[in-house]
Amino acid sequence: MRQPLAQAAVSAATPTPPAATPAGRVVPALRMSGASLAYGDRKLWSGLDLTVEPGEFLAVLGPNGTGKTSLLKVLLGLTPLTSGTSEVDGRSLRRGNPDIGYIPQHSGFDADVPLRARDLVRLGIDGHHWGVGLPRPARRRRVDELLRQVRATEYANVPVGHLSGGEQQRLRVAQAMATEPRLLLCDEPLLSLDLHHQRLVVELIDARRRDHHTAVLFVTHEINPVLPLVDRVLYIIDGAFRLGTPDEVMTTSVLSELYGAPVEVIRRDDRLVVIGSSDEAVHHHADDHQHPHRGRR
Amino acid sequence: MTSLAAGVGWHDIVNFSDYGHLLPLVRNSLIAAAVLGVLGGVVGVVVILRDLPFAVHGISELSFAGASGALLVGWSVVGGAFAGSLVAAALLGALGIRARDRNSAIGVIMPFGLGLGVLFLALYQGRSSNKFGLLTGQIVAVDSTSLRTLVVTTVLVLTVLAAIWRPLVFASLDPDVAAARGVPVRLLGPAFMLLLGCAVALSVQVVGALLVLALLCVPAAAATKVTASPLWVPVLSTVFALTSAVGGTFVAVGTSIPISPYITTISFVIYLVCRLLGWVRGRRGWIARTALEAGAAA
Repeated sequence: MRQPLAQAAVSAATPTPPAATPAGRVVPALRMSGASLAYGDRKLWSGLDLTVEPGEFLAVLGPNGTGKTSLLKVLLGLTPLTSGTSEVDGRSLRRGNPDIGYIPQHSGFDADVPLRARDLVRLGIDGHHWGVGLPRPARRRRVDELLRQVRATEYANVPVGHLSGGEQQRLRVAQAMATEPRLLLCDEPLLSLDLHHQRLVVELIDARRRDHHTAVLFVTHEINPVLPLVDRVLYIIDGAFRLGTPDEVMTTSVLSELYGAPVEVIRRDDRLVVIGSSDEAVHHHADDHQHPHRGRR
Repeated sequence: MTSLAAGVGWHDIVNFSDYGHLLPLVRNSLIAAAVLGVLGGVVGVVVILRDLPFAVHGISELSFAGASGALLVGWSVVGGAFAGSLVAAALLGALGIRARDRNSAIGVIMPFGLGLGVLFLALYQGRSSNKFGLLTGQIVAVDSTSLRTLVVTTVLVLTVLAAIWRPLVFASLDPDVAAARGVPVRLLGPAFMLLLGCAVALSVQVVGALLVLALLCVPAAAATKVTASPLWVPVLSTVFALTSAVGGTFVAVGTSIPISPYITTISFVIYLVCRLLGWVRGRRGWIARTALEAGAAA
């Protein structure tokens, strides 16, 4: 039933060509060298050397307060690095960089917030521009196209407060894709979603990655929903970190060393389970991301 | 004060026989009402988006204190109203990053402001209609000078608001992503508070400190009940506020009661109707998903 529309959407959309840079001259989506971040005396991480290639999927894991969200803030240009350098798509960090798409964790809207699905996506296109922003046909077409890409056409005109968490997160993906970013920053986008929607949102992010070679930096405390996609893992604990493939990092010995305590990693089929004294730290992160500038209520 | 119980007839309150002669005399008042209607309708939208109705009330009490203080010492009432408003707005803008902090700060500021205002008025020896007007409105007394101030300030406030409208809406509804996209979220909040302070100060002089919400909150709240469109919410809100303010003035001209009950009644009725419409529309599937065909055609 949905099929004809989806096909039409694909042919109507104008896909940006995958990063067609000649071999040997690929600009990394993200490069950090000797990067460190400290708040006062408290050192979150230091000496971080990280290169993320276009189309790469990097999962960022670690317990509460280790600076996962702070890493995103640095890349968004909201927090300066204490030392070291960092570049996105070959250019130094700045606020409002259109090369970066940002998908926040699901926070929910009140039922009577006067904002429709299409309006949320539209804010991703030009919400940061000054002025009133009167309706424009070209922008409307762009919003429709983005809505089709995340299969949200059906609820385009529904106020966001009436949508489920999963439906809202699909809009977040569309909103983040509005500027055709080279790097997607995802801050626990699956938190509090049901399994069906977790899969759907992951699928949409992965589609963007495959079709446009957009690099993905995925902050999460639960690696399993994205495990099949993860190229590399950055695991941060108390200023220490480990970078490598899931097979290299997600092992009993590596995590035990990082945590400084015995931790057991069990792998079964496509799932990883981390058991040990760190269990609590690994699985209770819900309060980690209360952003201080949340001004709404 | 007169009251119906004391044997005062209905005709003493409502008398439209000289209506045609009265209207030219209240031309200034009608213009003032229209200007305030537009201002309240537009500013009110952001008040609702940012959940600031309580702040509006708090600012208006301090504006009242400022105005009555100015009245007591013989300074400009307009200046006093602005001083009180802007002090309150600056305080709230500086303090109130989080809604919880903000609301308790308002709860502390508001009674103090109202108490100060009452004290100043009690000490004031002049005409008592001046006193009462600050609380309940005195639109009939608008002269050309204050009308000019009103128009100029309103144009200024609306111009600045138009310039910051889009990022302000973004920052109000979706602060995290707005910050990520480079919107100066932390500056826009206090900036809007100052605009709000100006809007409140203007409104206090005309509709009175107690009833500012009738123009700065109710019309926008009504609009959000019938639409969620970022275009139609401000348009409808402005139409509603304009209708309340101008309609209230028209009715008030033929009666001896202050203007504010009329404005509050009209805006309240509009709100009730919108709520009902929104409810009916919700039941009929306003918020339901469109059929796929309709989505494709749109």
